[in-house]
Amino acid sequence: MSLVNLHQVHKYYGDNHVLKGIDLDIKAGEVVSIIGKSGSGKSTLLRCINGLEQYQEGGITVDGKEVTTEDIQVRRLALSVGMIFQNFNLFPHMTVGENVMLAPTIVLKKSKAEAETTARAMLEKVGLADKFDSFPEKLSGGQQQRVAIARALAMSPKVLLCDEITSALDPELVGEVLKVLEQLAKEGITLVLVTHEMNFARDVGSRVVFMHQGKVWEQGDSKTLLSNPQTDELKQFIGAVL
Amino acid sequence: MLYFSDLLQYSDVFLSGLKTTVELTVLTTILGVVLGTVCATVRQYGNRASQRVVSVYVELIRNTPFIVQLFFIFFGLPAIGMMLSPWEASMIALTINLGAYSTEIIRAGLASISKGQIEAAKVLGLNFRQTLTRVIFVPAFEKIYPALTSQCIIVMLGSAVISQISVQDLTYAANLVQSRNFRAFESYFVTALLYLGLSILLRFAFNALGKRLFAYRASN
Ligand SMILES: Nc1ncnc2c1ncn2[C@@H]1O[C@H](COP(=O)(O)OP(=O)(O)O)[C@@H](O)[C@H]1O
Ligand SMILES: [Mg+2]
Repeated sequence: MSLVNLHQVHKYYGDNHVLKGIDLDIKAGEVVSIIGKSGSGKSTLLRCINGLEQYQEGGITVDGKEVTTEDIQVRRLALSVGMIFQNFNLFPHMTVGENVMLAPTIVLKKSKAEAETTARAMLEKVGLADKFDSFPEKLSGGQQQRVAIARALAMSPKVLLCDEITSALDPELVGEVLKVLEQLAKEGITLVLVTHEMNFARDVGSRVVFMHQGKVWEQGDSKTLLSNPQTDELKQFIGAVL
Repeated sequence: MLYFSDLLQYSDVFLSGLKTTVELTVLTTILGVVLGTVCATVRQYGNRASQRVVSVYVELIRNTPFIVQLFFIFFGLPAIGMMLSPWEASMIALTINLGAYSTEIIRAGLASISKGQIEAAKVLGLNFRQTLTRVIFVPAFEKIYPALTSQCIIVMLGSAVISQISVQDLTYAANLVQSRNFRAFESYFVTALLYLGLSILLRFAFNALGKRLFAYRASN
């Protein structure tokens, strides 16, 4: 059964037709890399999946439930869809531990002790167990992004959406974040990531989706697709990135 | 010749005036900032109609003299059946005044919070009230804390005007004493010093509170 399903999704920003009939089906355990030029609608696609943006036509379901932007609905969705942003968006006035514990305590109503146990386990997983009491501004970008991953994981999402989460990092810090993602992929977490890291898409991802002008232009098994692109647009894109 | 010792027999009058000024300041600072926080939140995140209501309130207060606001509440409102004691009228006038100025200040703080912070809270499942109280308020207040506390002190100093409707505050005490013993210089000099001391004390209190509220900046 599909975990995330998009059926003929259309999205407009005013007159700007951004998503032009997206069909996409993602199964549990898949690692889907979304690639494509800037402005092709990759972020918008992710933001429609978790209810941050409204779409005008078509349908999206996550775990069988329809996605809308209704406030209540977004909150219910938040329980199954985690999201990580390019700019980390950690809460600056909370320690790393507090960042990770916030949603489990006030959304899932877990006890402090239980939330702390989870938080410590998640921080351990991203290699930052010793930063529990640090404030975000004291961490490097790579560390901040790993905290953001731990924060999302603490809500035990069914699928994790990542929007260019290594793009704001200094090159030497990209590796540590990708390593965490790779480990998550091995554990079987469903990942949908917008990325420019072609090596990662090929070696870790199970599928690549190439977006062009608001459409899923081409998709397929990551190794096959990247070594043997069918359309000129994807050939060009791969040529430009590599 | 100056005769500060002539004031000694009136020390009770000064002290009771000081007490009234301090009480009103503490109360109206709290109420005014709460009012400003509510209005700023509506102004920043509310619907069009409620934003309009807040704008009208803020502009009305910021573009009229405080003493006229005070007179309107104390002398004007009885005409529509609202009789208020001088103390009550002053409390309301000061709160409304600080509320309006702090609305504009706090709104600037709210506007400084990036959309990303709010979206991060949303995708973690926080509702809007939780997002405001847990995610937005602390960093927003940190941004505008100096401006906000200065405004509180300005309102405290401006409260001297309430002596005009016979609230027995510090300025009232000064007026009273100098009318009794004709020591205007000494009387107002001491009063000025007391206001100055109060300002300094308030600043200390605000700084201490700020250090606690925004501890995350200094620590680690
Ligand atoms: N909030 C917005 N308001 C209006 N237009 C937007 C907004 N966000 C994105 N767009 C437009 O939608 C298109 C796709 O943007 P986006 O999904 O961010 O692309 P990508 O992530 O692939 O670079 C672009 O033309 C962009 O200008
Ligand atoms: Mg994007």
